[in-house]
Amino acid sequence: MENRIAVRLLQEQGVPGRRATTFPECDVPGPELDALIGRQHLATAPCDLPELAEGDIIRHFVSLSQRNMSVDTHFYPLGSCTMKYNPKRHERWAGLSGLIDVHPYAEDSRIQGLLGMLYEMQEMLGEIAGLPAVSLHPAAGAHGEFAALLTAQAYFASRGEHRTKVIFPASAHGTNPASASMAGFECVQLKPSANGFVNLEDLKQQLGPDVAVFMVTNPNTLGLFEGDIQEISRLLHEVGGLVYIDGANMNAILGKTRPGDFGGDMMHYNVHKTFTGPHGAGGPGAGPIAVRDFLADFLPGPVIERRLNGQGEPEYRLKTPARSVGRLRSFLGNIGILLRGYFYIRTLGARGLREASEHAVLNANYLLARLSDVLSVPHGQRCMHEFVASATSLKSRGLSAMDIAKRLLDYGFHAPTVYFPLVVPEAIMIEPTETESKATLDSFIETIRTIIAEDADFLHRAPYTTPVCRPDEVKAAREPILIYCPCAAPETEESPLGEVPAHASV
Amino acid sequence: MAYLFATEDEQRQMLDAIGVDSIEDLFDMIPESIRRQTELELPPALTELELDQRLRTALTSAQASTGVCFMGGGAYDHFIPATVDEICSRGEFYTAYTPYQAEASQGTLQAFFEFQSLIAELTGLDVANASLYEGASALAEAILMAMRCTRREKRVVVAGTLHPEYRQTVQTYLKYLQCELVETETVDGVADWQRATSLINNETAAVVVQHPNFFGCLEDVAEVVAQAHRAGALAIQVFDPSSLGILKRPADYGVDIAVAEGQSLGIPLQYGGPYLGLMACREEFVRRMPGRLIGQTTDNQGRRAFVLNLQTREQHIRRDKATSNICTNQGLMALRAAVYLAQLGPHGFRELGELCCRKANYAAEQLTAAGVGSLAFPRSFFKEFVLNCHRPVAELVERAARAGFQVGPRLSQFPSLHNSLDNCLLIAVTEKRTREEIDLLVAALAG
Repeated sequence: MENRIAVRLLQEQGVPGRRATTFPECDVPGPELDALIGRQHLATAPCDLPELAEGDIIRHFVSLSQRNMSVDTHFYPLGSCTMKYNPKRHERWAGLSGLIDVHPYAEDSRIQGLLGMLYEMQEMLGEIAGLPAVSLHPAAGAHGEFAALLTAQAYFASRGEHRTKVIFPASAHGTNPASASMAGFECVQLKPSANGFVNLEDLKQQLGPDVAVFMVTNPNTLGLFEGDIQEISRLLHEVGGLVYIDGANMNAILGKTRPGDFGGDMMHYNVHKTFTGPHGAGGPGAGPIAVRDFLADFLPGPVIERRLNGQGEPEYRLKTPARSVGRLRSFLGNIGILLRGYFYIRTLGARGLREASEHAVLNANYLLARLSDVLSVPHGQRCMHEFVASATSLKSRGLSAMDIAKRLLDYGFHAPTVYFPLVVPEAIMIEPTETESKATLDSFIETIRTIIAEDADFLHRAPYTTPVCRPDEVKAAREPILIYCPCAAPETEESPLGEVPAHASV
Repeated sequence: MAYLFATEDEQRQMLDAIGVDSIEDLFDMIPESIRRQTELELPPALTELELDQRLRTALTSAQASTGVCFMGGGAYDHFIPATVDEICSRGEFYTAYTPYQAEASQGTLQAFFEFQSLIAELTGLDVANASLYEGASALAEAILMAMRCTRREKRVVVAGTLHPEYRQTVQTYLKYLQCELVETETVDGVADWQRATSLINNETAAVVVQHPNFFGCLEDVAEVVAQAHRAGALAIQVFDPSSLGILKRPADYGVDIAVAEGQSLGIPLQYGGPYLGLMACREEFVRRMPGRLIGQTTDNQGRRAFVLNLQTREQHIRRDKATSNICTNQGLMALRAAVYLAQLGPHGFRELGELCCRKANYAAEQLTAAGVGSLAFPRSFFKEFVLNCHRPVAELVERAARAGFQVGPRLSQFPSLHNSLDNCLLIAVTEKRTREEIDLLVAALAG
């Protein structure tokens, strides 16, 4: 039923002479272009864009959209990504005049309503973190990590301390070492531990006066809460280091405990995860950071300041913190995403946020309990908002985590995260989120059981119902084709529908 | 209970299956000493109706109208065709995530491949990535990339006419990396490349020029490229995509890496973000490029397919040796730009550039003729210019606001600029502004 003509590349659909948008005639008098701009600057040919009619464009992109799985259409238990429902009201409000049409250099006095909301967002994020000083500036979670590590650099420099090391556990997100390295630190990865928690013995050996920051995701990437976190924080503080909490997994602990309560000094939020961004096919996100009071002066900025005017009314303005590490991007921040987070927190309130985490943890534990007889879960019988199963027990039958992931697509489920974290072989990382019903979870459980019982050879060739199957990534990397080239048109464009095995449809 | 499903009965069944008595038991892993017994102190929850009413009040009636926009400085009020909003409000796009499972994400992957192709076509360069956060951090990433490509880590030269917030961003990125950031002199609104020769030496990784520059003026990019290449450095251009219908492309000058703020390409102003970082480069540097790259390949039945490509550059594999810590692109914003560029096509794009340029020149002409101010830099510009105001700049901003217009930013808000520019305003004119609006603005400021 797919429209194969419409999904050809835009560049293949262009026809000279077609137009979509046209602009009005120029309504101002004055010289022609070549009298305004010197010839050395003027383009000699029109830019090489495809020429399309509006109908082409709509049919093309709508058809492409139908080649996607999404939260709006499918259960999407992609571990570590918190693919929860994205409320439609947020999209409406993010488009309100007074927000969508505000220029980043609008005068503070004219946008007090907007600045007031952003100030309130700072306050709420500080309360949820238990870390009172907040900067909304970073553009994404990884940008927030980088921002916080630079904040730490500025703090240590102000004390005349030269600390060079950032430590993180083996299960850390790849962004942690990458951010630390960009911030000028040396990276030290701890040895994995048998139980999935931070390797305390190794940590103790690494600690010393040269340690700047310990970065830890809590709950960690195995979906376990680091029960030793207070001891870890104490050890770090004893040597004068700081504890950084990667907030990727905040969806497990909203209102249950706070990074500031368990010893964290700095953290970032992933607004697109915890506060339902949405994910936008891979961004944009927003990565605000929250820190302890003694780090507030070093935050990247600007931040929003509230003060009372002569009449005792609040006034909001942008302000760069006194000893700020500096700016990490143009303008204030990813306001459109931050405000969606604001709408979410204002809709749920304290109790709603707590219940969101409770139901996220309930759903994850329910899946864990009902899948642990068919998939091994190396790190325990209980989890927080997600867990990491392993497909190693299926290896004897020649099955891999990838086979299960691919076959799930045929049954209308997005695959969990596979092969992360690296510390679990054949990892299948499942995060259901709170916005899924028991019926959906039950169906997912039954499907996993069905798949595991299917023929191994059959599974190696899955999926069968998607537009493509197991693209050749090695070839893609060896001879990269990164932009449209007429010479790289495909040899076979037709989908071999006749080859779908009868029992593949579900 | 916004967005939750489980009824009490279902919760009971689920807890029984798990083998615990209560949801609280599931939180046993969190030590008692740090588990909260009280609720967070947050404002009370609001229903959709209540919050709707509050937001409309806060953003509209309690807030001064923002007015007709003549503002510039890196973000502009361009027209956005309806198709852009229509496509990007499809849940199949905006509620999907990073296309880790290629089979379930061909829509996203192909759209980003097309985006990369469109940006490469626009800049004339060989390859473009699937986008970075926004313009300033894209420049910082381009500089780090140039350091990797040249294996030079000590020196970067940037034009003094670069957007001050871009320069600050680069400064922050380089702060703890022992790299010296050197700035050229500015003469008459453009960088003095003749006197820059002595700054660009054989330790220089990159030479950065913004063209059109922060003041709207046109730079001698060919000279920048020549000087950079003579010293073995890479030439980086910060470009304005909306100018490329009429101005030469970065590749026409021989630029190695081109970066830009892509907000002009169908992205609303929304007080500064999310926007779109564009990056394109010559093919030989692609393996040192940061950010997502989508590649074309074939599937196991020979069908064309798109995948995340060259991931060995990226943080989830290379960790501390990665080309960047970036782990997403600005997916939905890249999609906006792709739809926008498809809508305009080569002819629309030329009309866009021509309208901006002619209207901006008309506005400058009228403002100076009416005695509102003089051009701080009387030379050719693209769509924005610096007005040296004859009255206190605050008074002009206020007059404009009262008449329903916004102008700016004031250059005094950028402390790094020379204080001789303190009574200057940036004014930008896009294709959206009509002659009537321009004339009314001039009248309001001149009166």
